[in-house]
Amino acid sequence: MSTSHKVWRLGADIDTDLLAPGHAMKHGIDIIATHCLETVRPEFARQVRQGDVIVAGPNFGIGSSREQAVAALVHLGVAAVIAPSYSGLYFRNAFNLGLLLLTCEHAELLQDGDRIAIDPAVPAVRTAEGRQFACEPIPGFLLDMVRAGGLMNQLRQRAGKDAPHA
Amino acid sequence: MTDTLAPSPAQTLAQKLIARACGRARVAVGEIVTCAVDMAMFHDSSGPRRLQPMLAELGAEIWDKSRVVLVMDHYVPERDDDARRIVRIARDWARDQRLPHVYDSQGICHVVVPQHGHIRPGMLCVGGDSHSPTGGAFGAYMFGVGSTEMLGVVVTGEIWLRVPETIQMWWDGRLSPGVTAKDMMLHMIGRFGMNGGRYQAVEFAGPAVQALSMQERMTLSNMSAELGAQAGLIAPDATTAAFLAAAGAPSVDTAAWFTDDEAPRTVHRFDAATLEPHVAAPHSPANSRGVSACAGTPIDVAYIGACTGAKLDDLRAAAHVLRGRKVAAGVRLIVAPASLRDQDQAREEGVLQALMAAGAELFPTACGACAGYGDPMGDDVTVMSTTARNFKGRMGSASAQVYLGSPYSVAAAALRGRITDPREVLA
Repeated sequence: MSTSHKVWRLGADIDTDLLAPGHAMKHGIDIIATHCLETVRPEFARQVRQGDVIVAGPNFGIGSSREQAVAALVHLGVAAVIAPSYSGLYFRNAFNLGLLLLTCEHAELLQDGDRIAIDPAVPAVRTAEGRQFACEPIPGFLLDMVRAGGLMNQLRQRAGKDAPHA
Repeated sequence: MTDTLAPSPAQTLAQKLIARACGRARVAVGEIVTCAVDMAMFHDSSGPRRLQPMLAELGAEIWDKSRVVLVMDHYVPERDDDARRIVRIARDWARDQRLPHVYDSQGICHVVVPQHGHIRPGMLCVGGDSHSPTGGAFGAYMFGVGSTEMLGVVVTGEIWLRVPETIQMWWDGRLSPGVTAKDMMLHMIGRFGMNGGRYQAVEFAGPAVQALSMQERMTLSNMSAELGAQAGLIAPDATTAAFLAAAGAPSVDTAAWFTDDEAPRTVHRFDAATLEPHVAAPHSPANSRGVSACAGTPIDVAYIGACTGAKLDDLRAAAHVLRGRKVAAGVRLIVAPASLRDQDQAREEGVLQALMAAGAELFPTACGACAGYGDPMGDDVTVMSTTARNFKGRMGSASAQVYLGSPYSVAAAALRGRITDPREVLA
């Protein structure tokens, strides 16, 4: 089990324009990330800390193919997203960039500010009070991708180059 | 993962396309397969500026340049130094790589790429854009991917897929005048929601779909993205073959690409004849209902643009409403044709002149305000738009109220200055 993660609770249908607004898309990820979720949680980009997790309602990541909507969360240190369902395109992008997504039917029982532990191998989420929520299984090759830190690191390894960081 | 059974002998169109691409006779729903990619398309925003540094770092080469198509459509025409930098990266890279298929400022990728015959029945294609399911209108399995996944395709020529279930949208009857593929799509998105497609394959079928022009079919497949489907397929037929022949594509075989009668699938039935024009209210395409629910809402801007709403057929529909008339006082009508080819044809037909005479401002043939690029919408404006998405802030300002509708509905709103059932103003 991983260490304790603080929960940022969001609603349903968090789309890619909320995660990576179009007006910021011409910039690099450091600037885009400062606008991440500004429309729904203006304090998020400033206050989120390394290892925090997002818990959201259904259809997280609907909209564009822009993977900056994933990269912004990775840049801000988000350790995982937990939601009942995702956009399929966002799901692929997340694993390609090394962001763990857990599909959890009962994610919405978790509250803003809760502390939780995550076991990606089971996979399951456990609250500080010991309540455990099962998540849908993740194919092994996608878990490997997250462990490698994303597809680019896997391609680096195949090309015989070391990843710049673990 | 879903447990997979032996592949059923009867296969859906989606299964047949994927089986061919992974070198198998048939595939089972739920299994994960690796497919060879026939064509990879990307644009100035998702493509070179992201791919070039990653390729350089890996020391890797493009697997097959003849299978890559690059379109500059998001940041053109360049409005500032950032846009100039992004487009310059794309142009320099295209030249350095000697890419054979580059369309610079010709229009929006989802319209330009098929208009040059790059997407044909039986192919498996990927696009670096979420509206890539547009290619499904040609009987190809096409879906959108992010830039890192595109890098994997560009290096290996392959991509993984989970063989999808098929959700067949069967449309009986025939659309009545003033009702379009856009209304069909808004109706389906309103009914099933933005993730109702569950990243499975949606297939549009039935007599009302067969009766649609190729560009109208492209509107259905395009907005499969708003249904949350991975692909939005239409079995190819004589309409497909005729469009591709006119585009100069090699002759195509359409006969093999259809869903077997016995293939397991979910079927939803609709009646095109009774469908009314639909409008999606802010801030989701799923907030869609018959136009009467929003009728009377005053608008400031009528926007006819985007891959989903400014093709030649869309411009014709708008001109049908506006010919010989003027837009209401105080309303801006913006027309941004989806491609130069469509714009030229609209001019030849007098369609463009009819729109301009009605008071339209002509904007560049690019993605433009649809995604907040180009000349985005200001604060507090109410926009009636032919685009695909009305997420909060999508067109530029978080306080803009964006309603989505067909080109008939947008033209009718421009004419009256408020949201209007286009059937009331059709001659």
